Amino acid sequence: MNLYEYMGKDIFREYGIPVPNGYVVSSPQDVKKFTNPVAVKSQILLGGRGKAGGIKFAKTDEELKNAVSTLLSTKVRNMTVTKVLIEDMLNIKHEYYVSIALNRAAKSPMLIASAMGGMEIENVPDDKIFKRIIDPSLGYSDFIGREASQFMGLPPELSKQFLDILKKLYNVYRGEDCELVEINPLVETGDGKLIAADAKVVIDSDAIYRHREFSIQDPEKTPLELKAEGKGYAFVELDGDIGVIANGAGLTMATLDALLLHKGKPRNFLDLGGTDNVDIVINAFDLVLEAKPKAILVNIFGGVTKCDTVAQGIVEAKKKFDIKIPVVVRLSGVHEVEGRKILQDNGIEAFSEMMPAIERVTKVF
Amino acid sequence: MVLIDKNTKVIVQGITGHQGSFHTGEMLKFGTNVVAGIAPGKGGTKFADKVPIVNSVAEAMQYEPDATMISVPAPFVKDAAYEAIDNGLKIVYILTEHVPYQDTMEIVKEAQLRNITVLGPNGPGITVPFESKIGIMPNHIFKEGDVAVASRSGTLTYEIVYAITKAGMGESTVIGLGGDRVVGLSFIDVLKMFENDPKTKKIVLVGEIGGNNEELAAEYIKKNVKKKVVAYIAGRSAPPGKRMGHAGAIIERGVGTAESKLKAFNSAGVKVADYPQDIPKLLEE
Repeated sequence: MNLYEYMGKDIFREYGIPVPNGYVVSSPQDVKKFTNPVAVKSQILLGGRGKAGGIKFAKTDEELKNAVSTLLSTKVRNMTVTKVLIEDMLNIKHEYYVSIALNRAAKSPMLIASAMGGMEIENVPDDKIFKRIIDPSLGYSDFIGREASQFMGLPPELSKQFLDILKKLYNVYRGEDCELVEINPLVETGDGKLIAADAKVVIDSDAIYRHREFSIQDPEKTPLELKAEGKGYAFVELDGDIGVIANGAGLTMATLDALLLHKGKPRNFLDLGGTDNVDIVINAFDLVLEAKPKAILVNIFGGVTKCDTVAQGIVEAKKKFDIKIPVVVRLSGVHEVEGRKILQDNGIEAFSEMMPAIERVTKVF
Repeated sequence: MVLIDKNTKVIVQGITGHQGSFHTGEMLKFGTNVVAGIAPGKGGTKFADKVPIVNSVAEAMQYEPDATMISVPAPFVKDAAYEAIDNGLKIVYILTEHVPYQDTMEIVKEAQLRNITVLGPNGPGITVPFESKIGIMPNHIFKEGDVAVASRSGTLTYEIVYAITKAGMGESTVIGLGGDRVVGLSFIDVLKMFENDPKTKKIVLVGEIGGNNEELAAEYIKKNVKKKVVAYIAGRSAPPGKRMGHAGAIIERGVGTAESKLKAFNSAGVKVADYPQDIPKLLEE
């Protein structure tokens, strides 16, 4: 789960990472009396805010009020801005980059740092990027920071501050179960202080249960995807016309791949997950029907999921939602014979193999 | 032998849960030597009138187990895995999905230091027909044979194993690595085991988009694997940036795309099937 910059900075502040003085407003009335030149930053979850006009600067009371009302009344990168962060303007001498994220191959966190901050890290040449795996058992230790700071050519006073920030950033990464913590830019001010001018904190959604209450809607999700998320389904909307319900991410992806190779266009990805519950099947139909497909393909290979449970769910969903579009079902695996019998008894054709079901559904309309 | 055989003694942590009890029953039918179940507070009873239930892994050590299946809710997985590791079990299979990946990272690291194999999380386990099964793969899809299968996806494993069986071939070992971003075993780890296993003649790798496990495997195959390897990759149609269910299946910055995996396998001489059902055909070629 992506956090807004101001939330990331609240966490940074809590862990002792220096951030600019600032406050968040959601209406121009909440703007405090002007004292210093400030940066006014729209709070959206997409990058590229600056270029899209989502960050403004104000040197007077009037400029500040204008900036806040403008940002709150316009869309930035097509996102409605509901909150604006107002921060003391920094006197920037240099911009650095630092982040910690998972390295999948090493099954460990990786520290990435560069003296070339302020831009997208993808555009920084490889030889200017410091990368180092952190052993999760040993955790962060100052020797790692010294390696990084030597690579980046930091002078002693900055290096001391940098090591302190790294230690705390690692504490955030571990303490808040992050997928990613990133400071870009990490600013060196005119008076030689390192300050996190931005904060990107992404929390592992599987670990949300042990953290503070967040409720943030992913801006890249469609309303139907958000609804599915609320009901616990892995669901992605696509632009075709065949609704898909399958179990297991791999089999669901393979189903979409096979449909496309047969010139069928999937309307969605829906992974039932491992379930043994009729209502989960009925609700899956509810979601897929809302996407208005022209046909529905169910492809189940039962393991944790039982075929008879799915069959019962399909029969009940058909009655409940009065489904008129073709529903093509493939059931294999645990309790497959029982499952296919339930469907046949209710006049629904059921295949035992995936490919005939794929071929049938691509030819039903 | 790859990891387990008919002598492998298995315990189940969370044996009285919905999943734990169903799949323990299925494992017993398959012939798995389940020696005890753990359910804190329920010690002294029996599962299916024969498997003793105890309160802790320490208590289960009297039955000299080698492996455990962990089927407890995600928040309790780390504790359960540490309990198994601390008691020295050699194989720790985690069925549970949605385990925070930093927990998995710690579990895997600790296991590595002690030479313990972690299967999963969020995978279907391991099956050696008809010696032993630890996990949740459906019993009826297997046939004894010489094809080893390793997969990142549960249901897709069943699909491919079933296709191999129906084509008249059979399996030597089937391993589900797990669908999460961090799991215990990589393709390279299992390729080493399969290459050294006299029962295995051919190898199937079932990959998917996300990460670079397949790309690394292709490099390894080029240099070290003499047995025939074929593959399937799920998610070739996935739109970039969208998460297709598995936490692992996200395309990040062009790394881990279906194309990069196809290319890597092709350059290693590994044929990649268009459909899961085409795997037997490729194995026979």
